[in-house]
Formats: sequence, structure tokens, C-alpha cells
Amino acid sequence: MFDPYKVREDFPILKRKINNHPLIYFDNAATTQKPRQVIEAVKEFYEKHNANVHRAVHTLSLEATELYEEAHEETAKFIGASSMAEIVFVRGTTEAINLVAYTWGLRNLKQEDEVLLTLMEHHSNIVPWEILSKIKGFKIKYVDVDEDGALNQESLKGMLSPKVKLVCVTHVSNVTGVINDVKTIAKLVHENGALLLVDGAQSVPHMPVNVKDLDCDFLAFSGHKMLGPTGIGVLYGKQEILEKLEPFHGGGEMIREVSFDPKTLRCKISWNTLPWKFEAGTPDIGGAVGLASAIKYLKALGMENVKTHECDLTKYALKRLEECSKVKVYGPKSVELKCGIIPFNVEGFNSHDVALLLDSYGIMIRSGFHCAQPLHQKFNIPSSARASFYIYNTREEIDRFIETLKEIEESL
Amino acid sequence: MNANASLNLEEYIARMEEACGEEKNVIVHFKFKKKDEAIGKILKKAKVEKTVAGVIFDLTYKGLSIRLYNTGKAIIKKAKDKRQAQSILAELLS
Repeated sequence: MFDPYKVREDFPILKRKINNHPLIYFDNAATTQKPRQVIEAVKEFYEKHNANVHRAVHTLSLEATELYEEAHEETAKFIGASSMAEIVFVRGTTEAINLVAYTWGLRNLKQEDEVLLTLMEHHSNIVPWEILSKIKGFKIKYVDVDEDGALNQESLKGMLSPKVKLVCVTHVSNVTGVINDVKTIAKLVHENGALLLVDGAQSVPHMPVNVKDLDCDFLAFSGHKMLGPTGIGVLYGKQEILEKLEPFHGGGEMIREVSFDPKTLRCKISWNTLPWKFEAGTPDIGGAVGLASAIKYLKALGMENVKTHECDLTKYALKRLEECSKVKVYGPKSVELKCGIIPFNVEGFNSHDVALLLDSYGIMIRSGFHCAQPLHQKFNIPSSARASFYIYNTREEIDRFIETLKEIEESL
Repeated sequence: MNANASLNLEEYIARMEEACGEEKNVIVHFKFKKKDEAIGKILKKAKVEKTVAGVIFDLTYKGLSIRLYNTGKAIIKKAKDKRQAQSILAELLS
């Protein structure tokens, strides 16, 4: 039985008081807190096993290499990838998307091609493509979203054509929590002969995700949004696609050989095998160890349980928010269509006011555009406040959040 | 902003950020140890429009709205940019 109160015991930070109030952390879509198991795993790595990975024969390096490779394997199993060859460690979702842009995109996209994005994308799934489009000259088109923030599938179908070579879509909106039907989208995209890149930053930490079931070509996500350390993230790519790509960064670790040719006076380079071909330089080994520990923690809880708990909290919060007459909630109201993210505004206040007022009661939420300005333009709102839940949040915390919102409504 | 004003800002302010969103807000975080002194100085110079339980103060100063929190934070609303907010704070804290 999933017990958030038992889970909370693993998170030392949740014992803190902020502004003399017990901390309520509702900014989980930005980053999550870390359980002591993850903190200990990273600490133990640096205390007992720290060394650089690969190509050394000493004991510590072998230990570090084993831990680093195990982290790839653990991640591969977690998302149902075929093997660790399909798991490239990067700094986070942003770098994973940039990797696809500057490997696959740079070599394959031509002036006459089109890339489809959606209006609900995080800036990290917009900006790399806009930059690359200026270099390569391909066209970008944005798939529309409905009034409640759900992806308009008819708009997507209407935009698909033989010119479209890539579709980039978020699995879960970081603003509304809307869950996109990636499986159906993948079918449409593949029937059209294009590839599908999925931003999994808000889905992988919160629900069971299986890349084979989704049939996406690329999946990007971040460790720090799923209990892991900051600075480690993942790009999943189908092996047959990754095999054909040239590397993103050049340096040590990603090469098999760099031999100087006295005839040409140049170096001849051959690439390492997957996934190392894409991991130039000394990687974030401690971060990878932390990520593996985070994955083990989530697996022990069960991703179905994680999803169910967050759905319960979201349903409860949406119901209780109805008691706040000045609060307007955006996005779908049905928890079947969304994850534990609730964007809202309070009449008469801007979102930063709301966030600062809640902060003075120890409640941490986010305010602003949440790196998704086009979606705010679509909703015609200047910014929004956002509460987002995770495994350690409770109904009791939501009660305090609602009571504080009511106080805010009444007092000003 | 003159040299004295600049010194005052460093003395009292830990961080100032232009918040994202269309509202053009600047968020100010006062240094924890100096927050009470800073709040006191600001309250002396700005016009208090509204107070909520001595915790939140809605102020106006030279046409700008400021919401001041006793937790040591403030929002300067509709400032043209961070520089204008700095200049206003320099006057209030001097």
C-alpha cells in the first residue's frame, strides 16, 4: 500500500520550516526533492568508488565504470529500451533535444523540409529547432491546442505531409499537465514517414513509460525531476537511428581511435560504440549513480502507484479549488487527461504575488511563464501560478494550500 | 544612480530579478540580516496604501506600486526594467 507519510520520512528537506511554517513543496514540475537513498548513493560513490570511467585498469576505475554502466542499464530497463546502447546520458532534457537537433537535424533536415512542434512545448523543445531552422532553412509549423490545452489532433493530422520529417511533442505539458496520446501520434507520424521526438520531462517521473509501447524514435528526460541529482539526463534513441548519426560533441571517451596520418598530416577518427559515441569527455558519474538510485527508489514504489497517488491529489486539489471563488484554473479538469500539475491565477493578483504570498506561509509554487510562453499567449494570460505534486505530497498539504489561498482571497 | 546609492543596494539586497511573464515585475530578495532595517527604511519613505496583518504592505512611490513582505521580499510592479527598480530602491534605502 502506497503511503506518502512513509515516503516523506525518506526526504530530509521536508522536515524544514520556511518562514516559520512547515515546508510544503509544490514545485515538483521544476525539480523534485531527493530521498536520503539518492543522497547516500552519491555520497558513497565519492567516498568509496570515485575514479574516471573506462580505459583504466585500476580497481577504482573498474568500480566506477561498473556503476556508470549499471546506471545506463537500470535506465534502459526503466523505460523499456532494448539495451543500454539506446541510453545516452546528457545534462538534462534540454541537452538531449539539442543533441537530436545537432546530430539528426543538422545532417538530415533540408530547406524544403518541415518540422512540426506544438504550442504547448517547453522552450527547450522550441528554441533548438528555431535556431537550427535559421541555419538550415527548413520550415517550422506549430500544431494548435484546444481551449483546455489539449493537443488538437485534427490540427496535427492536417499539418502532416510528405514534407514533414520530424514531429516534436511533449508527452505531458509542463503548464497544464495535459497528457498527450503519444502512441496514436507516433502511428500518425510514422505513417507519414517522419520521426517522432518526445519530451518526457514531465511523464517519465510520474507514470509508467515504455518506449517500445509508445514507439517514439527519441525520448528526452531529466534526472532531477525524478528524485535524481541535477546535471544528469537521458536521451533515448532507437538503436538503428543512433547508429547512423554522427556525434554531437567531440572529445575523449566518444572515439575508438584518433590516428595521425603522416601523409595527409591530419588525424583519422573512428567513433566509439553506442552509447559512448555521444558521451564526449568525462561524464557526470556521480550524477549517473544518483539517477540509478532514484530509479530503484521509484521502481520499489511502483510507477502505477506513483501515478495513482498523483491523480488522487490532483482530483482532490481541483475539487477543493472550486471553493476559492477568485481562483481560475487552466487546462482540463478531468484527471484522466492530466498529470499532477495545476496552473491557476487568483483574480486581482499577478502570479508572482500569489507565489510570494504562499511563500510567506511556507508553500513553494512557481509563477511566470514556466518556459512555455506560447501556451500562455494561447490562453491569453500574462503568466500563471503553478502547483505541481509528487510522491511525498499529501491531501493534508493541499488542505493547507487551499486554506491559505482562501486567506489570500479574503485579506486583500 | 550615485555611488552612495549603489553601496546601499549591496548592503541590503541579496538578489534582484526581472520575473518572467508579461507583467514586468522585479522581484527583490533582501539580505536576511538586513531585511527588517530595509523594510523600516522603505516604510518611512513610500506611501502605505494598505497593510495586511503587518505582514504585507502595499506601497506606492513615484508612480510605482511595491508590495513588500515582512519575510524580506518585495515585488516592484511595472518597472520599466531592473535598472529603474534599482534606482527606486536606492532612493528608498538611502
